[in-house]
Amino acid sequence: MAVARPVDPLELETPSALGRWAAAAAEFCRQRPLGAIGAGAILFLFVVAALAPVISAYDPLAVHFDAMLARPSALHWLGTDAFGRDVLARLIYGSRTALLVGFGSAIVGAALGTILGVGSAYFGGRVDLYLQRLMDVFLSFPLIVLALALVAILGNSVPNVIAAITVPMVPRCALVIRASALSIREMPYVDAARAAGFGHARIILRHMLPNVMAPFLIMLTAFLGQAILLEASLSFLGLGVQEPTAAWGLMLRGAAVDFAEAAPWMAIFPGLAISFAVFAFNLFGDSLRDALDPKLRTQ
Amino acid sequence: MTAERPLLEIRNLTKHFRVGGGLFGGTAGVVRAVDGVSFVIRRGETLGLVGESGCGKTTTGRCILRLERPTSGAILFEGRDLATLNDEELRAVRRRMQVIFQDPYSSLNPRMTVGQIIAEPLAVHRIVSDPAKRGARVRELLGHVGLLPQHARRYPHQLSGGQRQRVGIARALAMEPTLIVCDEPVSALDVSIQAQIINLLEDLQREFGLTYLFVAHDLSVVRHISDRVAVMYLGKIVELADRKALYDEPLHPYTRALLSAVPIPDPELEARREHIVLGGEVPSPLNPPSGCVFHPRCPIAIDRCRAVIPELREVKPGHWAACILA
Repeated sequence: MAVARPVDPLELETPSALGRWAAAAAEFCRQRPLGAIGAGAILFLFVVAALAPVISAYDPLAVHFDAMLARPSALHWLGTDAFGRDVLARLIYGSRTALLVGFGSAIVGAALGTILGVGSAYFGGRVDLYLQRLMDVFLSFPLIVLALALVAILGNSVPNVIAAITVPMVPRCALVIRASALSIREMPYVDAARAAGFGHARIILRHMLPNVMAPFLIMLTAFLGQAILLEASLSFLGLGVQEPTAAWGLMLRGAAVDFAEAAPWMAIFPGLAISFAVFAFNLFGDSLRDALDPKLRTQ
Repeated sequence: MTAERPLLEIRNLTKHFRVGGGLFGGTAGVVRAVDGVSFVIRRGETLGLVGESGCGKTTTGRCILRLERPTSGAILFEGRDLATLNDEELRAVRRRMQVIFQDPYSSLNPRMTVGQIIAEPLAVHRIVSDPAKRGARVRELLGHVGLLPQHARRYPHQLSGGQRQRVGIARALAMEPTLIVCDEPVSALDVSIQAQIINLLEDLQREFGLTYLFVAHDLSVVRHISDRVAVMYLGKIVELADRKALYDEPLHPYTRALLSAVPIPDPELEARREHIVLGGEVPSPLNPPSGCVFHPRCPIAIDRCRAVIPELREVKPGHWAACILA
């Protein structure tokens, strides 16, 4: 063939997938310190949740009738509640509930929403029309109202709370993913896949889904914060996780309201924990969105 | 024309796009992107399809590939009407018809390596079932298009535009097609790279006996690669002839105007020759002119052009034109 073979300087360094992720993470930390702080805070939450039995000096369920409503002291750093349970221990164990419900519902919600959004965009026409109208119906309910109604119907165990938080997330995610999937559908490489006679499943899974990963990740991090907040709200309203499980929203409820003035530490610290987690996820999510948004991926 | 059955025959192909109107999905108008186009492509030849942006040449290509569903008309590939095929048969036909796109940046999935992109059709259509042999075939295909075996591990963004276009060609070749629709395959490339890709396409045509439908707006490129050339204007073919006949003695006034717009790389000759400059703009395909669609801009139009729709007729042997004055 008359074509000159191009010389290839790139050939020497083809970084491994792991190496590229590490480089991307380092770049992210350098360019978006706020996002890195958020990521650090999220990592901290994970470590606390994973090592809860090691860190915590007390059993979160153990009642100490000799130390009810104890002020923060050297013995009970953040004080105790009306049953003498250590607030710090319950906060530490509560991070497990928060992360379980948060991740459970955010991942399931974002994944379902992504599948619906991409499918809706790919098939178009009537499928798209009916799916989107159904999504509009769900979207017309405020997040908390829909979750409340679902918990009321399903009953309030941890899996049901996750399900109740998941359902309102699905249409929100489907809407965003559909918008970007619509533009991907018009890309020539999707046409090429269709012209090659590939099946619908292959085109959606191999050619479209990987290319909506950026909005998917952003929706996921945004949902994480929302889901934790929603779980706390549901628990506060008595429709979330039930006593005696340690959960942040639950700690704000009941006795915490009655003793808000006499023992403010019962309400202040769980509130701070919720704010901390939501803030961390939002900080990280925002930075991630900025980092991925203007297609800054190194060309 | 030889007695041999043409590879591809298009009869009266029409593609209309509805333009949505009000709130309740009423139709405000119909864009006649392709309006009654007929032509044949013989086995082993290259048919150039030229025209301005928006004249329907790309839509014609997409209809042939079944990426768009034609509004009416028949597309016969090896004598079988594509519209009558079921999914399974269509899949088999799709192997024989492939496409090379204009934009080498968006025609490759950014999340797949070059090797994966080329190997995918081999696996899906069980052209090479054995994964080990598939790797060898990918390297072989990369060689055919002038790339190196190690390019298989690259991602598209690590390649240059010309290299990507070669990957697109290798992907099409992987299906072992007989017809390749080249949709402006060099329009997005540098001039020096254009020549390389054009030469590559010609080499491959000789080597594998390929047939091309070459859609482009660059008249010089089309002249170089085509055996016959069809000129489209506003969804219709206005002239179709052998390359030499069309470039030497164009019959349709639109073709003459197009050819006169090609600059000659000799300043003295360029200054002396006659230019035909068309007035006005291409009319909207939403509301095409009556009679001959070209009459509002035609330098030689007469009253009858306003009323009569000119048929594409064989003015000279093998030279078709849609002009009542030709």
